[in-house]
Amino acid sequence: MAEIRFAGYGGQGIIRSGIIVGKGASIYDNKFSTMNQSFGPEARGGACSSQVVLSDTKVLYPYVTVSDVLVAMSQEGYDMFEPELSDKGILLVDEDLVKINPPRGKIKILSIPSTRIAEELGNRIFANVVMLGFFTAITKLVSKEGMEKAVADSVPSRFINLNLKAFQAGYDYKKE
Amino acid sequence: MKANPRDVNTGTYYMDGDVAAGHGALAAGCRFIGGYPITPSTEAAETFARIAPKAGAVFIQMEDELGSIASVMGASWSGVKTMTITSGPGYSLMMEIIGLGAMIEAPFVILNIQRGGPSTGVPTKTGQADMMQSRWGSHGDYEIIAISPDSPQELFDYTIKAFNLSEKYRCPVMIMSDECVGHMSEKVVIPPAEEIEIEPRRFYNGPKEKYLPFKPDQDLVPKMVKAGDGYNLYITGLVHDERGYPITNQKEKGKRQQFPTRRLVDKIRLNADKIIELNEEGMDDAEVVVVSYGISYRVAIRGIEKAREKGIKVGNLRLITVWPFPDKKITELASKVKAFVVPEINYGQIVFEVERCSHGQANVVLIPHGGAGVHNPDDIAEAIEYAVKEKKKIRKVIEWKTRLEKFVFEGGYKLNK
Repeated sequence: MAEIRFAGYGGQGIIRSGIIVGKGASIYDNKFSTMNQSFGPEARGGACSSQVVLSDTKVLYPYVTVSDVLVAMSQEGYDMFEPELSDKGILLVDEDLVKINPPRGKIKILSIPSTRIAEELGNRIFANVVMLGFFTAITKLVSKEGMEKAVADSVPSRFINLNLKAFQAGYDYKKE
Repeated sequence: MKANPRDVNTGTYYMDGDVAAGHGALAAGCRFIGGYPITPSTEAAETFARIAPKAGAVFIQMEDELGSIASVMGASWSGVKTMTITSGPGYSLMMEIIGLGAMIEAPFVILNIQRGGPSTGVPTKTGQADMMQSRWGSHGDYEIIAISPDSPQELFDYTIKAFNLSEKYRCPVMIMSDECVGHMSEKVVIPPAEEIEIEPRRFYNGPKEKYLPFKPDQDLVPKMVKAGDGYNLYITGLVHDERGYPITNQKEKGKRQQFPTRRLVDKIRLNADKIIELNEEGMDDAEVVVVSYGISYRVAIRGIEKAREKGIKVGNLRLITVWPFPDKKITELASKVKAFVVPEINYGQIVFEVERCSHGQANVVLIPHGGAGVHNPDDIAEAIEYAVKEKKKIRKVIEWKTRLEKFVFEGGYKLNK
């Protein structure tokens, strides 16, 4: 069982990221998952987060209590959800957008310039997919194949290839 | 009768509860939704609007909620299955015509994805505070059916069931979900049409001149025809006789009024055992029973697990059908257990029904929540622990002080003396 939190602001694809991970796990990897979202009344720009509970059996309690993985795409999101992260958790951040505090406990911190990579690929809108590639490579919670199918399934058909390219770019980007 | 393959988008999806309800409505054979989209139920309306045309169904965005519910009444008597979709503020506006619906025995479904209230309240966050309004919101005596799903899959399955119940008993059926379930994404399996059982409209097919629109069958429910098919129809909100004509004879009025309203109530009350669906677990040796519904049921599971880790024997009773209320079940349990614990996202609604049915035999603990969030499972675990230890019979509902309340109100408001 794993509890995952994505945090950022509206327009970054934070909720979409949760859906893709949930879909990858429960539709293509045959596990169980529940995705919940939280956003303000603004269409874009407001604080926004999504949470995914992954499990090998039916998810009963559907919320994150202590997260195993925190993916932070904004400073506000990081500040808000860092305390929720387990001492042994994994923290993934967009290094250009989030300034992190000194490490706590045994938290594993990994950073990636996901927005910059996405811009280099043509559009910052892929930043979340770059991050998902990175997430998949680091956490191995969902299979790469499952995630790729879920990405392809969740974007308009004419953008599938670009999204898969962005996913691969994030997947190949590894540094401690 | 099986669902029509045209209406069923068979497949395995990852979707949220709202979207699942939209699919469920179409699969149930819904042909018309009149609605005024409102957060957090909008995705259900959007979904139906998107998938309806290819199945020959219609979504009309009406001018407001009064128009929405009124259009649903008309559609229902025109012979089609129909529904509206709303949340708190819209639900309040619909109350008067829900009473009309009960009176003219129009089968229809209302999906209420509850949000925090009162008034505009908290549009994007959850609440469970419309439960009593569902039962008592319109004036006069009537009964309704209310179901409370706890997952996207159930929002699909129970939307179909809601349509089936409304056709069977010809009464308003409310799907009382909440923002948490409406906006929660999980795997949803939409089965093939031949695996979906749907209840057809009960049409009258005898001679035209003998048709009495409000003459009940054995189960107290009358048969319908389609308005416009050449029958003499008089459909009114006034108290009416079997022909549907208002009862105007002043001498007779007092006496005859008893029949129609008594039947509106009894067609549900006398069939309650057939309507009520519950889910119970761990009841055999339970000392305390947690009674919950909707999202609070899933949250309670965690609290119950924690209490069981401490060796406490806790039963878990989920109200899938909230109205009609399972009086018999609660009374039966009250004689066996020490206490009921009721977590709900309001300041006490269903808990008072539990208290009523326990007839002073068991203590009743309310775990309140003001909305815009769900309970902390630790509060539920601690309330269970308290309930099992409490030796005194306490002759009122015991309100549990939750962490949130202690934090926000420092233990509660007090009046200055």
